[in-house]
Amino acid sequence: MPFKPVILWTDALVFVLVAATLLFAWHVRRHEHLLAPWRRVARSASGMASLTVLALFIAIGLADTLHYRLALPDKGGARIYAVEELSVLDAVLGPLRTRKEKTYSAPLAIHLYAKETLELPDGRQTRGYPRLKFGGAHLEDPGADHAPDILKRAISGIAAGAVVWLVAATLLSALIARRSAGNMDAAWRAIWRGETGVQWRAVLIALGLMLLIAGPAVALSAQYHVLGTDKVGQDVFYQTLKSIRTGLVIGTLTTLVMLPFALLLGITAGYFRGWVDDVIQYAYTTLSSIPGVLLIAAAVLMMQVYIETHPEMFETVTARADLRLLFLCIILGITSWTGLCRLLRGEALKLREMEYIQAAHAFGVSDWRVITRHILPNVMHIVLIAIVMDFSGLVLAEAVLSYVGVGVDPSTISFGTMINNARLEMAREPMVWWSLAAAFCFMLMLVLSANLFADAVRDAFDPRIRSRALSPEQLEQRLAAASRAEPAA
Amino acid sequence: MISYLIRRLLYAIPILIGVNIITFALFFVVNTPDDMARVHLGVKRVTPEAITKWKQERGYDRPLLVNREAPGMAKLTDTIFFDKSVRLFAFDFGRSDQGRDIGYDIKTRMWPSLAIALPVFLMGLAAYITFALLMAFFRATYVDFWGVVMCVAMMSISGLFYIIGGQYLVGKLWNLVPVSGYDGGLDAFRFLLLPVLIGVVSGIGSNARWYRTIFLEEINRDYVRTARAKGLSEMRVLFRHVLQNALIPILTGAVVVIPLLFMGSLITEAFFGIPGLGSYTIDAIQSQDFAVVRAMVFLGSVLYIIGLIMTDISYTLVDPRVRLE
Repeated sequence: MPFKPVILWTDALVFVLVAATLLFAWHVRRHEHLLAPWRRVARSASGMASLTVLALFIAIGLADTLHYRLALPDKGGARIYAVEELSVLDAVLGPLRTRKEKTYSAPLAIHLYAKETLELPDGRQTRGYPRLKFGGAHLEDPGADHAPDILKRAISGIAAGAVVWLVAATLLSALIARRSAGNMDAAWRAIWRGETGVQWRAVLIALGLMLLIAGPAVALSAQYHVLGTDKVGQDVFYQTLKSIRTGLVIGTLTTLVMLPFALLLGITAGYFRGWVDDVIQYAYTTLSSIPGVLLIAAAVLMMQVYIETHPEMFETVTARADLRLLFLCIILGITSWTGLCRLLRGEALKLREMEYIQAAHAFGVSDWRVITRHILPNVMHIVLIAIVMDFSGLVLAEAVLSYVGVGVDPSTISFGTMINNARLEMAREPMVWWSLAAAFCFMLMLVLSANLFADAVRDAFDPRIRSRALSPEQLEQRLAAASRAEPAA
Repeated sequence: MISYLIRRLLYAIPILIGVNIITFALFFVVNTPDDMARVHLGVKRVTPEAITKWKQERGYDRPLLVNREAPGMAKLTDTIFFDKSVRLFAFDFGRSDQGRDIGYDIKTRMWPSLAIALPVFLMGLAAYITFALLMAFFRATYVDFWGVVMCVAMMSISGLFYIIGGQYLVGKLWNLVPVSGYDGGLDAFRFLLLPVLIGVVSGIGSNARWYRTIFLEEINRDYVRTARAKGLSEMRVLFRHVLQNALIPILTGAVVVIPLLFMGSLITEAFFGIPGLGSYTIDAIQSQDFAVVRAMVFLGSVLYIIGLIMTDISYTLVDPRVRLE
């Protein structure tokens, strides 16, 4: 094999998460009452549009999670693998990673951003902007060809995006037509009138907008640095794409790590009450009285000391950075489980007095079975809302923590490290703005779509909100139902 | 009421002990003082003598919990746990790893922190309530819809970008105020203007949206319908009835952070070079000064617990229905 797959700690946990999500989806599909709230999510235009954006981010993140080590050229004897861990995303992006310039260059530039002493063919020296090694290197007459070439590539990129979009839209309407046993024309019109159960219109619009941006970006990045290069000449577009995985890992694994604790402790505290409740309440009150940032800072400091004094534990730099990322998730999880734990305790306290739980007790059902069969399914909506609501906050927290110096390893590419490296660039003259702008745009896209999706999920799952924010039609139905019910009562 | 307060104060003691034990375990059990010395002195090429000297200077050379060699009570008091952790209860923070008096540093540095955090808190509260009230007044119209959209967009932007963007726009491009720095007395105003403004703006998104839901929850109540049925104008309903009742959860929710205002904000102070407790903590984190971080963790927890007790008291003050037993 020319390569050796590598599973880092976070990779393994991401795989567990993906498996759990698939299992959960399969379970939900088979139960109509679990499916109903998800249908409400699918009817929300903002929810579906943001889910489309998130899906792209998740696809990039997953591609970046499949790690491997390349084999070094065979010199006889045992096969040796390179120390550097690459991911499938690195392989796809290929040249983006390796085409390093000398230092800063602006987006789509063909010259460096700083003046240097150049040697002219006749031996004289002059100050000027040297050509980039890779950006626009194919141009023969840079002065005249630069703008037309960019325009040509951008247009071809948009065209390619449009083709992909049309194919996707056609496939979709064909699929809907087959399902509803109608023709494609009707399906197409139903989509654009928003009459489908799933808001495909929002999905298609979001997909179109994304392809409109991604098409030219891909077409141009073949020959240019679309978002410029940073201080050491690395492509900023590559960095932003790599940052996505770090953000996703922090946003999801933190919850995965804390979930078992919050579930177990919260439910047992509410269900058993008495001294169990006292102990658990004491534990989470104590933990939550330490201001989060300080606890994280203290824990990460201690972890740094541990990693520094135990260098023998880590095989490669990536493995060390990865373990640090995992630790960060665990620490963030420890500081954030208390909120969910409190909510679950309250809900369990309420549920244990319900008639069906009392009935279960009367039948002699064991406590463990009551918890898993009756209480757990009835608190899942709280858990789900907490997971999606926490996600965006965690992504934002990563940037702040990395800035403070207690975030991810400096060698891990993340939004936080990008901002941290770029913050002094604003003071340069002339200003270097593209690193910050790139981090800003990608982070905003990720967090905004996560926030919108979280809102859609909360609206669909939270029974309190559902009764409050009614659409006019729902209100009418509700009123009609109420007037019918009242005489009987 | 008094007996309730006493009980609350007594309940705070085991929590503080818990906090103390957690920080002690974090700082001394996860890594031995030897490890800390090694990191401070540079991991490679460090002699055992240098480690011993470093530990001795900072009092880390004693046993962790029980000193078997010492006589009598000193068995328990002449230990790292007693010297570094138990003394915190008397607010005796000791010396930092650089040898400075932490207690003195905290006393001088908390005022600049407060000078930023307090205006941000008060002006923020006023701004968020105003925006939320506006959205509630125009509920279910385009004003409300785009207001919420704006809020969601604003809360999706990292706080770092508000600071970087604000510094660039106001400080560098328009040259209105100095980009960073601090000065005592009235001159501080020039330096505080920008961080306070940014502090308020960066919080608008999440807070205005949250307050809006509180207002809407209140607007749907029966007494509001009664007020409208009486023929009161919408303004009067909103200000006399809804605002007053919605202020209860808003204010009591805000009370808990008042003591923490002394601690300042890590990021704001670091960016603007303000010599407050936030930048003190950041400096300590970056220079790996464990004694300062430990002191700040304890101080933060004490202030938070005070905030919780103040929340309880404020409930009884603003809402006569709540009786503390």
